Amino acid sequence: MDPKVSLSRLWRDEHSRSVIIQVLAVVLIFGLFAYLVRNAIVNLEAIGKGFSFGYLQEPASYDINQHLIEYTSRSTHFRAMLVGILNTLLVAVSGIVLATVLGFSLGVLRLSKNLLANKLAHIYIDYVRNVPVLLHILLVYGIIVNTLPVPREAQSLGDIAFLTNRGFFLPKPIFEPLFLVILGLFTAGIVFTIWFRRYAADIQRKTGEHYPVFWISLGAILGIPFVSYFLIGGPITFEIPALTGFNFSGGMVIRPEFTALWIALSLYTAAFIAEIVRAGIISVNYGQTEASLALGINHGRTLNLVVIPQALRVIVPPLTSQYLNLAKNSSLAIAIGYMDIVATIGGITLNQTGREMECMIIVLLLYLSLSLLISFAMNIYNKRIRLVER
Amino acid sequence: MFDSVLKFKRPYSKEVLGMRVTNFLVIIAVLFSFTVMADAGTLENVKARGKLNCIVSSGLAGFASPDEKGNWQGFDVDFCRAVAAAVLGSGDKVKFVPTTNKTRFTQLNAGEGDILFRNTTETLSRDADLKLTFLPVNYYDGQGFLIRKSLGVTSATQLAGASVCIQTGTTTELNLADYFRANKMKYEPVNTETNEESIVAYESKRCDVYTTDASALASTRAALKKPSEHVILPEIISKEPLGGAVRHGDDRWADIGKWVVNALIIAEEMGITQKNIKELAKKPGNNPGMNRFLGTEGSMGEMLGLDKKWAVNAISAVGNYGEIFERHLGPKTPLALERGLNASWKAGGILYAAPIR
Repeated sequence: MDPKVSLSRLWRDEHSRSVIIQVLAVVLIFGLFAYLVRNAIVNLEAIGKGFSFGYLQEPASYDINQHLIEYTSRSTHFRAMLVGILNTLLVAVSGIVLATVLGFSLGVLRLSKNLLANKLAHIYIDYVRNVPVLLHILLVYGIIVNTLPVPREAQSLGDIAFLTNRGFFLPKPIFEPLFLVILGLFTAGIVFTIWFRRYAADIQRKTGEHYPVFWISLGAILGIPFVSYFLIGGPITFEIPALTGFNFSGGMVIRPEFTALWIALSLYTAAFIAEIVRAGIISVNYGQTEASLALGINHGRTLNLVVIPQALRVIVPPLTSQYLNLAKNSSLAIAIGYMDIVATIGGITLNQTGREMECMIIVLLLYLSLSLLISFAMNIYNKRIRLVER
Repeated sequence: MFDSVLKFKRPYSKEVLGMRVTNFLVIIAVLFSFTVMADAGTLENVKARGKLNCIVSSGLAGFASPDEKGNWQGFDVDFCRAVAAAVLGSGDKVKFVPTTNKTRFTQLNAGEGDILFRNTTETLSRDADLKLTFLPVNYYDGQGFLIRKSLGVTSATQLAGASVCIQTGTTTELNLADYFRANKMKYEPVNTETNEESIVAYESKRCDVYTTDASALASTRAALKKPSEHVILPEIISKEPLGGAVRHGDDRWADIGKWVVNALIIAEEMGITQKNIKELAKKPGNNPGMNRFLGTEGSMGEMLGLDKKWAVNAISAVGNYGEIFERHLGPKTPLALERGLNASWKAGGILYAAPIR
C-alpha cells in the first residue's frame, strides 16, 4: 500500500483524525510549557540567580501581627509561610461559614411573601453583587478604623471586652485540666448521636414511629457538656484584657484587618449564594410540595424531606464555585495589610530574599491545594446528596 | 468527532484560578515573557529608545511625586533627569516608572527600568543576593519615628506596646524588628504597601507611630494637616545610605550612573551651578580639573561612552547637588531638612566624590 494514500486515509478517518489532532495539541501545549520554563531558567541565570528553596530555613527577620502559632522575628521564612497559610485558612473558613449562613437566609428572604423583606433583600443583593469586592473590603476596613475609638477611649462591653479601632479585645479562655471531662462528654455525645440516628431510622422503618432526633442529639452533644460544665465548677478561667500604655494587653484580639476581610468577603459572597439558593428552591416544582402535603406530611418535614434535598442538588455545584471564589478573593487581604499567604511568603519574604520565582511557585501551589481541597470536600458532599436512581 | 465531548458529563465547570493582585501579574508576566536584555548593553538600548526609563517612588513628596500638572518633581527625579541629560542630552527624555517598595527590584531586574532612584538603602544582601549594583550614596539617611505630641513620648525607648506602621518590603521593617527585640519591647506591626497608605493608617490612629527613613518622615510630617502636632523622635535606629542602583552585569552602564552622581557632587565643590555653567563651558579656563569636568579638555565623556559635554548637560538640566537639595529638601521647602551629613566634605558633611581625572 502506498504510504501517502494511507496517510491521507488516516486524516479522512474521523477517529484517527481526532487522535492526530489530540496528539498535536498535547505536543504544542507541552512545547509551550517547556519554552516558558526554559525562558524563566535562562532569564534567572542571566541575572545570576539560582533556583533554590534553601532560603526557607533562614530567619525571616520580620514581625507578623496576627500569628496563630508561635512566631517571632527569629523564626524561619518557612514558619512565616505557615503563619500566612493559617491566616488564609482562618479567613477562608470563617468566611465560608458566615457567607453560607447569610446567603441561605437572604435566599429565603428573597422568596418571602413579605414585600418589605423581599425588596430589602433584593436591593441588598443587587448592590453588593455589582460592586467589586476590593471596594467592599476597603469600605469595611475604613469604617472600622475611622469610626471606632482609639484604645484609650475604648468602648467597654461590661469591662471584659473592648471595642477599638485596633481590634476587638476579648477575654481569653484558659483551660484547666478538668476541662478534659467536658471534651470527653462532648465526644461521647457525638458518638451517641451517630448511633442514635441509625437506631431511630431503624425503628421508624419497622414501626413508623418518630423520635425527636434533633432535640435528643442537641441535648447529647451540647446540653449534657453544658450542664456538667457548671456542675464541676467551671474549669475555664478568663484572662481579661487591660489597657497598658498604648494598647490593651492580655486577652485575645480580633484585629480590624481580619474583621474587615471576613465581613466584606462574607457579605459579598453571600449575595451570590442567595441567588443560587433562590434558584435552587424555585427549581423544585411546587407540585412536589402539594403532593407531600396531600400525603399528610407536615410543612416542616415537607421542607426538610422533599424540597431541600431536591434543591440542594441544584445549589451545591455552583455553591462550590462561590466557596472557591471566596478562598481566592481572600488574597485581596494585601490591600489592607492582613498577613495572609500573599503578604508573608508572597510579599515580605519575596522582597527580602529576592526569590520571586520560588515564592510565587509556593503561593500558586498553596492556593491550588486550598481550592482543590474545597472542591474535593464539596464533591464528596455532592455525591451524597445526588439523586439516587433506582 | 464531538461525540466524546458531548458524552463527557461534568457536574460543573471548575473556575480558573484567578488572582487579582497586580503585583502577581507583574511578577509572573515579567518572569515569563521578558528576555532580560543582558546581551545588548543598557546604554545602547537607552540611546536607541531615545528615553531613559527611570524607576522612582510612586509618591514621596520631595523625593519623587507628580506636581499638579503631572510633571514629576523631586530629589530622586532630578537624579534621573541628570542621567538622561548626560546620556541623551536632555533632562526631559525620561519616562518615570513609579513602583512600590515591593516591586522596585523585580521591575529593575526584569528590565522595566534602566536605573533606579527610589530612596533605596544599599545593603549587602541587596547588592549580592538581589543582584543590584549600587551607585554612590546620594542621601545619608537613618530610620526614625514619627508620633503625635499628645501621646507625650519623648524617646523611642518608651514605645513598648505601641502599634507601629511600616511599609512592607523595606529595610525599615527589618530594623524595626531588630530594634524592638534588642530593647526587649513588644509592638504590633501594621503593614502597608505604600507611604500614602501608612499616612492614612497613621492619621486614622490605627497606629501610634510611623517609622521609616527620617527624610521621608519629614516629608510625611509636612504633608499632615497640622505638622506642629507631630514630632520626630530623636533616636535614629539605623544607617540608611540611600542611593541609585542598576542591574548586575552591565559595568559600563553602572559606571555612567556612578559618575553622573559624582559629577553633581563635584560640581558643588567646584562652584559650578546651573546658572554659570554655560559661561564656564564656553572655553577652557585656567583650572585643568574644571576643564576636564566641562569637557573642554581631555576625553572623560568618551571614556564613559558619552558625549564630551555629558557633565555640562547634566548640570544644565538640574544644577549641582546643593541646588537639587535646596530645591526639594532644603530649609525653604515644606520638608525643611538640614544638610547635616549630606553637606560636602568641605562644609563638614560626608559627601566625598571620587575625582574626575
